[in-house]
Amino acid sequence: MADVAQSSHAHAVPRKRTRFEKFRQNESLRRGVTAIVVFLLLWELGSRFDEIFGKAWTLPGIGLIPPPTDVAVAWLGVLPKPGYWWSWVASFRRVMTGFIAAMVLGIPFGLMLAVNKYFRDIFFPPFEILRPIPPLAWVPASLIFWPTNEMSIAFVTFLGAFFTIVINVLGGARTIDVRYLRAAQSMGASQWDLFSKIILPGTLPSIFTGAAVGMGITWEVVLAAEMISGGGTQGGGGLGFFIWNSYMGGSLEQIVVGMISIGIAGYLCSSAIRWLGHYFMPWRRLF
Amino acid sequence: MHCKVAEFTAHAGYQQVKTLMNMTPPLRDERATMNTSTTQRGALSIRNVTKIYDPEGVNVMAVDNCSMEIAAGEVCMIVGPSGCGKTTLLNAIAGFHSITHGEIFLDDALLCGPSKPKAEQAAERMVVFQHGALFPWKTLAENVAYGPTVQKTLRKKQALEKARDMLSESGLGNVVDKYPGEVSSGMARRAEIVRALINDPKVLLLDEPYRAMDALTKSIMHESLLETYDRTKVTIFFITHDLEEAIFLGDKVHVVTTRPCQLKKTVSVDIPRPRSYETQSSEQFRLLMDEVNEAVHEEAIKAFQAGEREMA
Repeated sequence: MADVAQSSHAHAVPRKRTRFEKFRQNESLRRGVTAIVVFLLLWELGSRFDEIFGKAWTLPGIGLIPPPTDVAVAWLGVLPKPGYWWSWVASFRRVMTGFIAAMVLGIPFGLMLAVNKYFRDIFFPPFEILRPIPPLAWVPASLIFWPTNEMSIAFVTFLGAFFTIVINVLGGARTIDVRYLRAAQSMGASQWDLFSKIILPGTLPSIFTGAAVGMGITWEVVLAAEMISGGGTQGGGGLGFFIWNSYMGGSLEQIVVGMISIGIAGYLCSSAIRWLGHYFMPWRRLF
Repeated sequence: MHCKVAEFTAHAGYQQVKTLMNMTPPLRDERATMNTSTTQRGALSIRNVTKIYDPEGVNVMAVDNCSMEIAAGEVCMIVGPSGCGKTTLLNAIAGFHSITHGEIFLDDALLCGPSKPKAEQAAERMVVFQHGALFPWKTLAENVAYGPTVQKTLRKKQALEKARDMLSESGLGNVVDKYPGEVSSGMARRAEIVRALINDPKVLLLDEPYRAMDALTKSIMHESLLETYDRTKVTIFFITHDLEEAIFLGDKVHVVTTRPCQLKKTVSVDIPRPRSYETQSSEQFRLLMDEVNEAVHEEAIKAFQAGEREMA
């Protein structure tokens, strides 16, 4: 892209592109923005169908959902309220606690399972029995076991990401081509060299896949856990509680505000993971 | 089986050829002279090696009583039908597999034998793999520097410097900082040979390194390898089933039988070095082709029939 721009302006005086020009030239960004705008327009039209054509024309499903303009109004209403922002903070903190704990424990655990047969023989069977239990099934038990609501939510969030990360790390490390290991060994690599320079970088792509999927699951789990535990009693309630509260209060617009907030939060998190992946795996930038 | 080996070693021409091989190959430049004037090294002796795989009690004999002598600094080409056990032999030399019987020596030192079924992996025997094994997460220079770095013979910075120099010497100077995924397969394969050579190996073990390449790239690879060989005079153990490649590159072509792998015939290629691409159109080359072809063709038919039997 840059090359093309350079060669076509070879004789022109280099000029800084304006923001608008940049936008016009960035095809993917343009398509993305257009897609979102069209989506919002269709939604607006769908939910206002009955207002335009009369009550008899209420569309099923979408006709009962508040249009984006009403949602935007409701959003502007909650934006100045600190409670809304505390919900963000609370949910983010829980997601981060659970997610980081899952990464810190899950990556070494997965690698150990991959490289050590004894470790795998001992720990893999119990792991495989615990893994299919949905994180939400742990909610009642953890509410009983952990002293505070906060801890039980963080624990359930942790479980959501942990199993996914471990399974990905294990799979990634086990499928590293044996040629790489043989090549490294014949060049005189020690066990530590093999681990740090071959197995770890070879597993990185799977670690990031696991992290991306795990991050999605933590958001799912944290919301549900907040709704179930009614996390509002101690500290901030979180975005899940925000939605639940809006539901109890009968504010349909605010429910949608909560949902979109979660969408944005999740997007920010996965962008961060993508960026980190880009940073730590320069050899994958070619794809 | 035993008598075949005996026949081979007792063959009148064998000793003659062997002495000839030690006198040749003619040297190309001064650097080569310097290298070879140091002690000759990298002689491989494979004696009555047998390898039986035993997965779930089904004995599969991959190599049966196979013997061959590879002189120091010789380019030795192993030709045989696919799946015949050539790679098993290479793996045994490299130390990836154990052997069931027999012994393998490198410069009179035992690599593996009855007392030690599996050779240790060491940088004196470097392998270049069939599909290439450059680490995708390292640049070409980092890949080449890997050996000296992990062996701690050089500091990382010096190793990288040496790697860059060696890559430039092989005509890869402008891609040293690229990742393997960014360069052509030919460049990657050349870099891989450099990665092996930086460890100053006694033997280079190549397992059909140019298999998936088109004829044009292959010819460039061959010239590049010959140039490297003339410079380093490293012993080369090269597996292939491309006959032209075998004769063009090799000092000797060992034709092996279909599974279990045994030495069937050894053809000495006395075409003088340096060899150029025109060599391939010479009468001598054609005669050698016929000779090798005949031996290989018989085995190919056997392998094909055995395959049909297994399918039926």
